[in-house]
Amino acid sequence: MLDMLFYLLWTIAKILMITVPLIITVAFYTYFERKVIGSMQIRVGPSRVGPLGLLQPFADVFKLLLKEIILPANANRFLFVLAPVIALAPAFAAWAVIPFSDLLVLADIDAGLIYVLALTSLSVYGVIIAGWASNSKYAFLGAMRSAAQTVSYEISMGFALVGVLILGGTLNLREIVLAQQGGIFDWFWLPLLPLFVIYMISGLAETNRAPFDVAEGESEIVAGFHVEYSGAAFAVFFLAEYANMILISSLTAVLFAGGWLSPFEGVPVLGETLLGEGSIFWFLAKTAVFMFMFLWYRATFPRYRYDQIMRLGWKVLIPITLVWVMVAALMAVLGLVVKGS
Amino acid sequence: MMKRVIEYFRSLLLIELMRGLGVTIRYFFRPGFTINYPEEKTPKSNRFRGLHALRRYPNGEERCIACKLCEAVCPALAITIEACQREDGSRRTTRYDIDLFKCIYCGFCEESCPVDSIVETGFLEYHFENREEAIMSKSQLLAIGDRFESEIAEKRQQDAAFR
Repeated sequence: MLDMLFYLLWTIAKILMITVPLIITVAFYTYFERKVIGSMQIRVGPSRVGPLGLLQPFADVFKLLLKEIILPANANRFLFVLAPVIALAPAFAAWAVIPFSDLLVLADIDAGLIYVLALTSLSVYGVIIAGWASNSKYAFLGAMRSAAQTVSYEISMGFALVGVLILGGTLNLREIVLAQQGGIFDWFWLPLLPLFVIYMISGLAETNRAPFDVAEGESEIVAGFHVEYSGAAFAVFFLAEYANMILISSLTAVLFAGGWLSPFEGVPVLGETLLGEGSIFWFLAKTAVFMFMFLWYRATFPRYRYDQIMRLGWKVLIPITLVWVMVAALMAVLGLVVKGS
Repeated sequence: MMKRVIEYFRSLLLIELMRGLGVTIRYFFRPGFTINYPEEKTPKSNRFRGLHALRRYPNGEERCIACKLCEAVCPALAITIEACQREDGSRRTTRYDIDLFKCIYCGFCEESCPVDSIVETGFLEYHFENREEAIMSKSQLLAIGDRFESEIAEKRQQDAAFR
């Protein structure tokens, strides 16, 4: 009995060890987004609250938490409140299987990749329910767009993962990383380069980020599915969006960029030092790089038109992924990519 | 036909997108030129036309002789002047109002003034909390003149050669 209790508490502690830093990262990610986009537009970004504006995220959070949550007339109360939770929960739950390093995995399950795929597609329900329960035409439009977009890009994303699966030979995320051992050129991004690019594009579309932000479409449908949300409920949507971005970044790092493995592995001099060893810091660094790319894309690309999004998803990305899955299969059969060399 | 095929495969290389990303990353590392306004300010011309002021002579006598040239020239009809004879026999204004909501800060009043009485200072950071406050009375304008007199005189001095 006591053992059970201890096990439960220890699991909760481990969950908190992941979620609390994640929430803090989200807070500062919003700050860095504004700073990075600011620099790219030769502005300074937030600089007033605290030194260098570092307390800005906390100011934003407190502002949102203190605001009133307005329930629109004729909205479905239950679903309206439930939607942000549904959006947020998968973004956090998927972190359970992410391997931070060889030993730091919360749940080292064999179907890790499937689990991640299932949970990332679940988050679209939050968006759809939010759009429907708001009883607002703009919210509904945003939700419909988001649903169509997510369904379309889910497929190319899934195929990109199939490529990883073929080369890795396993669904366990930790073992997928281990299959990429050996320096930077042994990671899966090189043999799967088209899939790597497509995975990042689909990741942008899955998280409704610019240039695929038609679901929010600030300039056409105000804020899309969350027009009617305010205060803490809006903050939760915000949190979910950024948590999803971080999740996609970390997944890219795990699946294509060797997770916690060091890029200097096997390099004559550097490989001998501490830099050559795989550690959680390499994982975090890679994730940070991909997170930066999300901001970089937002500062660079204009929003896709709705029909262009559909064209890109169905007529460009899916055929390419299909072809490259074949190529990956050939590579695996012919032994061109040696697992864990 | 061949050209279109080549074009298609070129588009798959995302060259245009890379170029766009190159532009943003170049600007990312470029130093910004933002001026942190309340702490830092941009330089201002000595002919800058800000808040109005009525000046005095060094002996404390107000300059305005109620000639009403400024009232006549004002394109926005922002100036209202009433005048009468003072005990010592000189013509002085009893009322000199400027409606800052009407004023367009063109500087004609300043140029028309024969005694350099009404001037526009370089002061631009003022605000009102009620609509009535936007109408500056004579005493307010004189007070502003007293507050910025040294500054106004210096700027006149710098610009003297061009007048």
